[in-house]
Parts: sequence; structure tokens; C-alpha cells
Amino acid sequence: MPESLLFYVLSGLAVGASALVIGQRNPMYSVLLLIVSFAALAGLYITLDAPFVAMAQMIIYAGAIMVLFLFVVMLLNAPQEDGADWDRTHPLKRPGFARIGVVLAVLLVAELGWALAKVVSLGSPVGGRADGATIASVREMGRVLFTQYSFAFEATSVLILVAMVGAVVLARREGDV
Amino acid sequence: MIPLSHYLVVSALLFAIGSAGVFLRKNLITILLSVEIMLNAVNLSFVAFGRFNGTVDGQIITFFVMTVAAAEAAVGLALVIALFRGRESLNPDAFTSLKW
Repeated sequence: MPESLLFYVLSGLAVGASALVIGQRNPMYSVLLLIVSFAALAGLYITLDAPFVAMAQMIIYAGAIMVLFLFVVMLLNAPQEDGADWDRTHPLKRPGFARIGVVLAVLLVAELGWALAKVVSLGSPVGGRADGATIASVREMGRVLFTQYSFAFEATSVLILVAMVGAVVLARREGDV
Repeated sequence: MIPLSHYLVVSALLFAIGSAGVFLRKNLITILLSVEIMLNAVNLSFVAFGRFNGTVDGQIITFFVMTVAAAEAAVGLALVIALFRGRESLNPDAFTSLKW
């Protein structure tokens, strides 16, 4: 069973690296571990017959977005969390509304467990795969993306323009033109 | 072959890790990274559902999620830089100007 072994190795890597991301005190290590997690997720996409999404994951996420994060971490040069002079009490022991987050987290776990219990009882996959043919060829993806989803595609380009202008305006110093 | 539920369990674990990071960490950059973990968990379930339904739509939606994640990272990091310039801190508890 090389396929299922690959799945378990990759998903273990993804979950373990993600858990380590939120366990690090130094954001530099967090960013580097998140790249490992994204690479494992790209492998999972390949096991799902989605090679184009896997490559986009590596190039856009691990390449572009994580480099942006690394750049900001190095630019700010604030390696440690400054937790000393702030409230370090456990969220459960804080008074008042701070506990609502805990309630929401418990609700999230309950919802996930409920939804997964339904899915596990569903058992076998919905659509047939069996023949091993790649349903999601790049040609088919391009066709659907530029016909059925063409409006969303164009709206996405406007979104990127807005984000670019917003980032430039926000990160600018006051005195600059 | 691997059943759909396995992929959904991995996705749920990743989403739970991401939301735990948002709630527990006291560093704006780590919080943004946790948001990225959650977006990736959703991407994984989109691709898995699309694969097992035999349609290409799941992968297409993944592209839109990736684009929104890129825009979010750019604007979020610009905000982090602007905030750090004002307070010399990345702790979200340090920004209390709007707190009643």
C-alpha cells in the first residue's frame, strides 16, 4: 500500500509541522516550519490528482507569500514575543468576556466531531475514481476557469489591485509622498 | 485508495490547529500564519471534495482562496508594519487605543 503510506506520511508531516508553527516562540522558525507544512500539503494535492494546484501551492504559497512573511519578520527584527509585561493568566481564569473564546473553541471541536462522525458513517467515496484517469487535467481547469468562473476571475484581479494599493498606502511613512 | 473521510480529518485537524494559534498566540505575525494554516485546511477539503465528486470546481475555488490569501497576507503584513512603527511591539494586547 504505497499510496496510503504516502498519505499518512504527508498528512502527519503537515499536521506536525503546523502544530510546531504555533508552538514556536521565534516567528522565523514558525515561517520556515509553515513552508514544510505547505510542501506536505502540496504532496497531498498530488495524491488527490491535482498536480496544478500542488504546483500553485508551492509557487504561490511556499514561494511568494512565505517570502513576504520572512521579509517582514526580518524587517521588524522582533524575534521574541514580549510577554513579560502583559497579562499571562490562562484564558479560563480570566474574568468576564475573555471566556467566550474558550466557549467558541469548544463549540468548534464539537462541530468538527459531529461533522466528521457523519462523514465517516458515509464510508466510501462519492464519485468513482477507480480508472485512475486524471479528471482534472489542466486543459479542463483552464476551460472552466475562463468560461464558468470568468466573472470571479476578473473580480480577483480587481481584488489584487486593491490589495496592492492598500498595502502600499498602509506601509508608507507619514512624510513620504 | 484513501477514503474521503481521511482527508477531511486532516483538514479538520489543520483548521483546529490554526484556530488554536489565533486564540493562543500573542504575536501578530504568528496569528497571520495561523490564518494561513486555516485557509490551507479549507483548500485541502475543497480539493478532496472536488476529487471525490469528480468535478474540477474544487480546484478552481482553491485558486480563488489562494488569491484572497495572498491579498490578505499583503494587507495584513502592511498593517503589522504600520502598527509596529507606532508601538514597537507585535503583541496584540499592546494596541488598546480603541478599547473601552
